[in-house]
Amino acid sequence: MTLFYILSAITLATAFLTIISKNPIHSAIYLVICFFTIGGHYVLFNAQFLAIVHIIVYAGAIVVLFLFTIMLMNLNRENETQKKGLVKVAAAISACLVGLVLFASFVKSQPFVPEYYVTGEDFQSVKKLGKVLLDEKEGFAVPFEFASILLLVAMIGAVLLSKKEKQANG
Amino acid sequence: MDNILQTIGIQNYVLLSTLLFCIGVFGVLYRRNAIIMFMSIEIMLNAVNLLFVAFSTYHQDAEGQVFVFFSMAVAAAEVAVGLAILVAIYRNLTSIDIDNLKNLKG
Repeated sequence: MTLFYILSAITLATAFLTIISKNPIHSAIYLVICFFTIGGHYVLFNAQFLAIVHIIVYAGAIVVLFLFTIMLMNLNRENETQKKGLVKVAAAISACLVGLVLFASFVKSQPFVPEYYVTGEDFQSVKKLGKVLLDEKEGFAVPFEFASILLLVAMIGAVLLSKKEKQANG
Repeated sequence: MDNILQTIGIQNYVLLSTLLFCIGVFGVLYRRNAIIMFMSIEIMLNAVNLLFVAFSTYHQDAEGQVFVFFSMAVAAAEVAVGLAILVAIYRNLTSIDIDNLKNLKG
């Protein structure tokens, strides 16, 4: 109960600090903390597989990629030019409006499950999840293979894009 | 198999995800640094993933978690390609300030 509120407070605070801190390195560090707390939320849901995968993929791969890019571009200085004041006010207002619309639509909605109860059935252990994911008849084996192709194409694209271009000679 | 939804309820998670998504929207609109904008997009993706897992637990159905798994794979691919594009932009312009990217403007 209190764990939820502590985790949520850390999540929201670090997400906000990610955005407002001037130094991109600090932003990346706050982002790691934010991702870890979201992993903590997954643990609270008892979703073990997703908690582990979330930590590995986000904290392990994506933020490291961010940090390498920041270091490659040598951006760890704090002289970034800011947007104009009016644009900032407009950004804040539009974010609040998005929140208002989303919240208004959620607060009026009725839950599909009228009363929540736990059946005690095991539905999200790694074993069950693997069966749902790769079941022969109604599983997700084909999208799984397509995800691997997507990752391969993304890897080739990233290498091609970040390769240094040779001097144009005709 | 106890989980947090017995004591908290789904409404708090809906609220948390909404706030997290709005922080992401705010970040995309507020900053000029393209890397921070990417981080905001990651925060938005995470807000949606969190709500997916919450409702997956709520309905006691594992398919929502499978969807989150695929969305994570797509997010990883997106970040790899996006950061490569940013590196290429930085090589050409020596800056990743998005307000400098006006070459297509007539």
